[in-house]
Amino acid sequence: MTLPPLTPEDIQRYHRHLIIPEVGSTGQRKLKAAKVLLIGAGGLGSPAALYLAAAGVGTIGLVDFDVVDVSNLQRQILHSTSWLGKSKVESGKARIGDLNPLVNVVGYEEPLTSENAIRIFEQYDIIVNGCDNFPTRYLANDASVFLEKPLVDGSIFRFEGQATVYLPGKGCYRCLYPDPPPPGAVPSCAEAGVLGVLPGFVGVVQAIETVKLILEIGESINGRLLLFDALEMRIREVRVRRDPECKVCGEHPTVTQLIDYEEFCGVPHRESSVEAPVPVAV
Amino acid sequence: MAVEVRIPPLVQRVTGGARSLNASGVTVNELLADLDRQFPGFSKEIRDDSGQVHRFVNIYVNDEDVRFLNKLDTPVKDGDVVSILPAMAGGAA
Repeated sequence: MTLPPLTPEDIQRYHRHLIIPEVGSTGQRKLKAAKVLLIGAGGLGSPAALYLAAAGVGTIGLVDFDVVDVSNLQRQILHSTSWLGKSKVESGKARIGDLNPLVNVVGYEEPLTSENAIRIFEQYDIIVNGCDNFPTRYLANDASVFLEKPLVDGSIFRFEGQATVYLPGKGCYRCLYPDPPPPGAVPSCAEAGVLGVLPGFVGVVQAIETVKLILEIGESINGRLLLFDALEMRIREVRVRRDPECKVCGEHPTVTQLIDYEEFCGVPHRESSVEAPVPVAV
Repeated sequence: MAVEVRIPPLVQRVTGGARSLNASGVTVNELLADLDRQFPGFSKEIRDDSGQVHRFVNIYVNDEDVRFLNKLDTPVKDGDVVSILPAMAGGAA
């Protein structure tokens, strides 16, 4: 692939990168050529989007169909009070455009589904997962496996976070968790709460791993699940192995195309769910 | 012999809020049984009605998933750390 040249504006803006031997002009041109898709412009997507944009990732895709709610602003630093009630994708585009107008931001104001995932994913080099639910987690995994895209995964719960990178042929989310929990067994952050600063840490870990993949430097967190405990301020890690019996990436895969992930996870279909107003906790 | 077992947030409701506990036993199964004796209801948090550990709950001895070792019969020794890691949904949209 021919890398795009750096403009005088690039050279000024990315000076602190250009003077690092491991990045340099070639690295910055790799960043400029890179296309990264963020699933979710929320807690994890916010810091990831801001740092990837600041670092000069040339194209950033944002998938999110939500609007900015006041309860998001405790942690979703991509959005601001002046954007309440407006689209997160538009809010994200405006914020990123202000931070770094050299970045091309592509918005997808739609839920990620089995119908659109392949079409969206295939336009990107790396997928960064900041979704908040199991159906999307399995969908993002399977689509990444089928398209052989690296998936930079992160998740958070109260004071604890996890992050890893799944690389093609080296294991996937289903190797770690073959089956989803039954509905209600594992509460979401909306149900159980999350320390507002926590996604800042995990989303930045995802951004760092994404930049390392683009620059092809360092040691990827692939094969290791990072476990972050904010209360004890401890980081541990466990191994992630490719499961030869994995239904998606194993020796004899039985899932070879995208499925109905809401049915797989036993949750009601989005189309059929009634958009009842959620009572606000006092 | 004592092995440290790391307790995930959702299970902490049956361990009196303890995030880490010492348990006795020479296999993972024995550690879990010991914790169930210390904290009634512990097993129900991680096992289904037939007694199998939930598929969305992974157990590690140090950094290795017991599925790739000897499953619940994986031996443990003094100084090992056992982690119980249920799948996490979020994200925080």
